[in-house]
Amino acid sequence: MPFQKKEFPDKFAALSKEDKVGLLRTMVRIRAFESRVEELFLNRRIPGFVHLYIGEEAIASGVMANLSKNDWITSTHRGHGHAIAKGAQIHRMMAELFGKTTGYCKGKGGSMHIADFSVGMLGANGVVGGGYNIAVGAGMSSMIKKTDQVAVCFFGDGASNRGTFHEAMNIASVWKLPVIFVNENNQWASTTPTSFATSVARIADRAKGYGMEGYTVDGNNVIEVYNAAAALVEAARKGKGPALLECLTYRIKGHYVGDPEKYRTKEEVQKHFTENDPIIRYADWMKGKGLIDDAALATMKAEAEKEVADGEKFAEDSPLPEKEDAYNDLFSFSPSEFPEVVK
Amino acid sequence: MKTITFSQATLEAMREEMQRDPTVFVYGEDIVRQGGIFGQFKGLPEEFPGRVRDVPISETMIVGAALGAALTGTRPVADMHFADFIGVAFDELVNQIAKNRYMFGGQANIPLVIRAPDGIINSAAAQHSQSVEGWVQNIPGLIVVAPSSPATAKGLLKSSIRQNDPVIFFEHKVLYPQKGPVPEEEYLTPIGRAEVRKPGKDVTIVTYSIMVQKCEEAAMELEKEGISVEVIDLLTLKPLDMQTVVDSVKKTHRCVIVHEAVVTGGLGAEIASQVQEKAFFYLDAPVMRVGAKNLPIAFSSVLEKFIAANQDDIKRAVRSVLYREG
Ligand SMILES: Cc1ncc(C[n+]2csc(CCOP(=O)(O)OP(=O)(O)O)c2C)c(N)n1
Repeated sequence: MPFQKKEFPDKFAALSKEDKVGLLRTMVRIRAFESRVEELFLNRRIPGFVHLYIGEEAIASGVMANLSKNDWITSTHRGHGHAIAKGAQIHRMMAELFGKTTGYCKGKGGSMHIADFSVGMLGANGVVGGGYNIAVGAGMSSMIKKTDQVAVCFFGDGASNRGTFHEAMNIASVWKLPVIFVNENNQWASTTPTSFATSVARIADRAKGYGMEGYTVDGNNVIEVYNAAAALVEAARKGKGPALLECLTYRIKGHYVGDPEKYRTKEEVQKHFTENDPIIRYADWMKGKGLIDDAALATMKAEAEKEVADGEKFAEDSPLPEKEDAYNDLFSFSPSEFPEVVK
Repeated sequence: MKTITFSQATLEAMREEMQRDPTVFVYGEDIVRQGGIFGQFKGLPEEFPGRVRDVPISETMIVGAALGAALTGTRPVADMHFADFIGVAFDELVNQIAKNRYMFGGQANIPLVIRAPDGIINSAAAQHSQSVEGWVQNIPGLIVVAPSSPATAKGLLKSSIRQNDPVIFFEHKVLYPQKGPVPEEEYLTPIGRAEVRKPGKDVTIVTYSIMVQKCEEAAMELEKEGISVEVIDLLTLKPLDMQTVVDSVKKTHRCVIVHEAVVTGGLGAEIASQVQEKAFFYLDAPVMRVGAKNLPIAFSSVLEKFIAANQDDIKRAVRSVLYREG
């Protein structure tokens, strides 16, 4: 997949060793969470729909390392990785997947609706392309309150064909809103290949139509993602306006857990996984630089698995909602104030 | 009391709330240069620079961004231009705004107002004449209000802006130039409470928005026939103040529901259903509904008038629940 590369300043080079290791840890934690969630779903311990982020971890990790808790993101149906990288807690995410009261949404959301407003994670979204304008609204808040907060909108290649994309990109550009649109081009939208459904070869090219800057990076190279996001986020913070960043990646797992995947070959998938796993690539790079060794990597993975196992235990031990809890959380006022509202 | 137009009343509400809270801002199509198609934003942009904004013709953005802004510490007021255009942004309303608080377990307040000018006016035809409250009645998670006068417009708009939940504010286009008394001092009109506009003992009319005045006028004429009509102005359409309605029906034993919107699947259906559930044994006649015929609003004024409900329809319905001819 050829694309024109833009050299962003190498902000990554200036990161401390700790921060460089931190990028890897975020990816490893996402992988551990998603791998266990896949097993739990297949064992029928988690209901609903689950879309895994496996193979795309470098994007959330690389982008989020440039954001603070005061910045906002909007996420997608494939949102677990975004949540973890933004600082959501794994045990509360797991509890949500189990439909427990201790989950982020008290069991009212599930996989497609995890949000943690306390860390600026404005929510996954069950509607493809539903996040753009929410991110635009967050950018408006930043403008009205004259803060330097930035909003990042994650979206898929399939989502780039929604009309909402057009309206959001246009206003963001016209108003120079601090919104970065991060496209995760994993080459598939459910069973449809990107090339089949998309009018341009590079989604980044669509930025031109909005007078916006658009760039494509190797989304499985966390350093590239980090550097691109660093430049774009900083520019947005300084009032220079929005940008579109297309991150090329590949959806390693089925569209959802349980997808029979009749539309592609196992070989195609395997090739991507063995040759282009973002975690292996970055870990190898770090090893080469002497930033991490096999033992440390093994420890990191073990810690991540333990965190996930603890989260699972927490979820298991947590109570299910009471039936009557269904009446809560619809409005800011209590249902007893307006019985007509819900009964 | 002072006498101002409905349009001025909404402007006063905006001004007072924007002065009170710097996080309130308003945007919509053609509200800065034009002052709103009904003059309802005149002068506001000069008074609050940067906080009154024109936007591109992008309704999904207008509605969707209101959610993003509300979630992140501001109180947006989004103007729909015409209520009919809500359809363009239905996903934003139904799946994003209305679901957000519930779906995410009550994590965030959603203080946003969508102002939606609705109703039949001057042959505006099928796509600029609708009353679309029926569309949103079915969606849990929204608050819907519909003022009927300058005073209720001001009080309800102020309450809507202060509400920590999404509010759709239906304002009938015919009401904008109409004048009425508005208190000099600051006040709020509570959301969720209906008001009895005219007390009566024979029949209860439940209505809202533009139809309140038509029902009041019809009631005056019916008085001459010896019929005493109680007129209830709902003001809030969601949640419905059924207590006020049911109390009235228990007294009058008869109920007619009047709205400008199409009768089929309209608010009248919901109210009639609740009335029979809650006051069946008090009823002396079937609950009647009055509204537009089940047709789009046509252009030619002959057709437009025929399709819409008028005072004669209201009077006929009232007489019919009293088993009177005519
Ligand atoms: C508006 C809308 N249309 C269709 C769907 C069903 N759907 C869910 S995910 C998906 C594919 C999305 O593809 P993409 O945006 O590329 O994201 P990816 O799944 O590849 O991460 C579809 C069609 C939906 N949830 N919402």
